[in-house]
Amino acid sequence: MAATEQTIKQVNTLGSSDYKYGFSTEVDEIRPPKGLNEEIIKFISAQKDEPEWMLEWRLNAFKVFNKLPKPQWAKLNIPEIDYQDCYYYSIPKSLKDKPKSLDEIDPEILKTYEKLGIPLKEQKMLSGIAVDAVFDSVSVATTYKKQLSDLGIVFCSISEAVKTHPELVKKYLGSVIPVSDHSFAALNSAVFTDGSFIYIPEGVRCPVELSTYFRINAMNTGQFERTLIIADKDSYVSYLEGCTAPMRDENQLHAANVELVALDNAEIKYSTVQNWYPGDKEGKGGIYNFVTKRGACRGKNSKISWTQVETGSAITWKYPSCILQGDNSKGEFYSVAITNNMQQADTGTKMIHIGKNTSSKIISKGISAGKANNTYRGLVNILSKAKNARNFTQCDSLLIGNQCGAHTVPYIESSNSDSMIEHEATTSKINEDQLFYCQQRGLNSEDAVGLIVNGFCKEVLQHLPMEFAVEAQKLVAISLEGSVG
Amino acid sequence: MLEIKNLHVSIEEKKIIKGLDLSINKGEVHALMGPNGSGKSTLSYVLSGKDKYEINDGTIDYNGKNLLELDVDERANEGLFLAFQYPMEIPGVQTSFFLKTAINSKRKYLGQSEMDALEFAKLMKSKAEELNISTEMLKRDLNVNYSGGEKKKQEILQMSMLSPKMAILDETDSGLDIDALRIVSEGVNKLRNSDNSFLVITHYQRLLNYIKPDFVHIIADGKIVKSGDYSLALELEEKGYEEISQTA
Ligand SMILES: Nc1ncnc2c1ncn2[C@@H]1O[C@H](COP(=O)(O)OP(=O)(O)OP(=O)(O)O)[C@@H](O)[C@H]1O
Ligand SMILES: [Mg+2]
Repeated sequence: MAATEQTIKQVNTLGSSDYKYGFSTEVDEIRPPKGLNEEIIKFISAQKDEPEWMLEWRLNAFKVFNKLPKPQWAKLNIPEIDYQDCYYYSIPKSLKDKPKSLDEIDPEILKTYEKLGIPLKEQKMLSGIAVDAVFDSVSVATTYKKQLSDLGIVFCSISEAVKTHPELVKKYLGSVIPVSDHSFAALNSAVFTDGSFIYIPEGVRCPVELSTYFRINAMNTGQFERTLIIADKDSYVSYLEGCTAPMRDENQLHAANVELVALDNAEIKYSTVQNWYPGDKEGKGGIYNFVTKRGACRGKNSKISWTQVETGSAITWKYPSCILQGDNSKGEFYSVAITNNMQQADTGTKMIHIGKNTSSKIISKGISAGKANNTYRGLVNILSKAKNARNFTQCDSLLIGNQCGAHTVPYIESSNSDSMIEHEATTSKINEDQLFYCQQRGLNSEDAVGLIVNGFCKEVLQHLPMEFAVEAQKLVAISLEGSVG
Repeated sequence: MLEIKNLHVSIEEKKIIKGLDLSINKGEVHALMGPNGSGKSTLSYVLSGKDKYEINDGTIDYNGKNLLELDVDERANEGLFLAFQYPMEIPGVQTSFFLKTAINSKRKYLGQSEMDALEFAKLMKSKAEELNISTEMLKRDLNVNYSGGEKKKQEILQMSMLSPKMAILDETDSGLDIDALRIVSEGVNKLRNSDNSFLVITHYQRLLNYIKPDFVHIIADGKIVKSGDYSLALELEEKGYEEISQTA
């Protein structure tokens, strides 16, 4: 990804500073007071000129949120979150009146994206990749719109979709992650601000990668992303999201809900390169990344594949999951999670087998360095109707140094005797002899670690879209800087 | 090129090298022979800078530099190469990518720009052909599921691509079939010139028929007990270590 490429260049010039996207942008913001209440929700809805039904949906979700217990954190050490001490909405003033073209957008914001390696102007657009750029609570611009709409593909911000495609939003929003699923799902449903909406019509194979770039800029502001992707019958789409935030001492919350729906014979490939600010070496600051991602393989022969490279955030809590409803549907989860210094990650997947002949595959690579903790938590659930269901799970953990931890927590529930479930897990320390071998060939210790870890992650990284794989490899190496020596 | 004086090395309190002297000049090939456990590999690791070895005494001068003060990668980039007795497997890392990374690390160290992709491909292809290594092989993960002999050939490929000043070959001949032994030796001989040096560790005089050494040293219990020319290898083949060490 160009963003990480840029980053790497930036780091090299910065020298000591470890996080490369740590700058913030000076913009005038529209921001209601801190706190979580009905007024704020009405304010957000009004800011977005939402129809009445949307506001009602939000207010209902807020009621649900107030009734739900807080999630129990298993392996994570999470300070109590004060929901009243947070801003729920922040947009640059200049974006309030919907800029008609890029020329009307505050040049400071365009510069931000350029610095991140995501040029939004037509002549500089990334080739083969359509980008939706989200700045705090609002979508800045979406590229390649015209070309996509000629194919009947809808790719826009969710706020826009609420107005332009209400029937689709009404039908699918909350259909995969019910509002009452857990407290973060409900919170997100009440206060979600922006995110992407994608609809691929029947029989269409989306010719370019669709991508969203999330940027948190404003202070003390939670980002509540909401993304909804629908692949109609016989369609295909590959989507990638990237994320960064400025370096700040306080923790910031990113609580996303992402729903995917694949109908008959449709395929959705969803890739994430998450590089939110991880906090400093002592664990001060950083993003709390609490994400609910779930895909429904509703149609027969449908397929949903999650690939994630999680290198950032102070705390990552996410379990991209697949509900394999349609007969012969397939779910895949490929994950690299790297934690360094004081970072914590608790991530994994749930594969719920409902239909006949459904299959799932889970490949998880966890890398811990410094004093970090990394947990794989997964559930494979095979319901009684899921005849001939199959799952293959492989979880490998790599430890760098003596102070970090890796944990593997696989749950398997099967109510069907003819299902086949395979599980393999390994934990190893980075091999000193391999490091020595690489160094004997002239690689410095950091490059040697980067090379070996990338090799360890290869099975996952090769599932990223080609354009991003190389940059992700560099990101993997960068996020482990300072872990040896 | 390399001047080792009174070297004493121990690992985990155990003394392994006990007063070793060795001097290798530019353009020379030295063979080092000795019984199992006499400290040959240990010497090669100490020269290349592997940690956990304690240097209790002695000095090592490498082209006017104090070798012991350099990091592993600095030594490598200064032209010191070790062909490992047991090469490591690096899963997930394509052999060709590894070669490229190694070459570019050296170039970076020397302040040169990265090697052009085409130039690299050409170089790799020609060197691999010389050693009878298939391009298929280069696409596989480094050393993973390579046979013993294939790993050894891979070491020599890396060596010839990096063209070191001082190469240490630790039992590169063990595990090679007869044809491979000839091919590998030819590879080494091709690289030989008046500016570089080799330290060839082996148990078998056969290798020295191909790679003619200028000097042969016999190491026993951490010390060089006898040095001579090529004929010493022949004598050793005949008499064995026991007798040779006694006559020393
Ligand atoms: N980490 C270690 N801890 C204790 N002893 C060690 C260690 N590494 C090597 N040794 C010992 O040091 C001695 C020398 O080993 P080295 O590998 O240098 O022998 P060598 O001459 O290369 O033998 P070979 O011909 O079998 O390859 C051996 O007795 C070996 O057991
Ligand atoms: Mg040995």
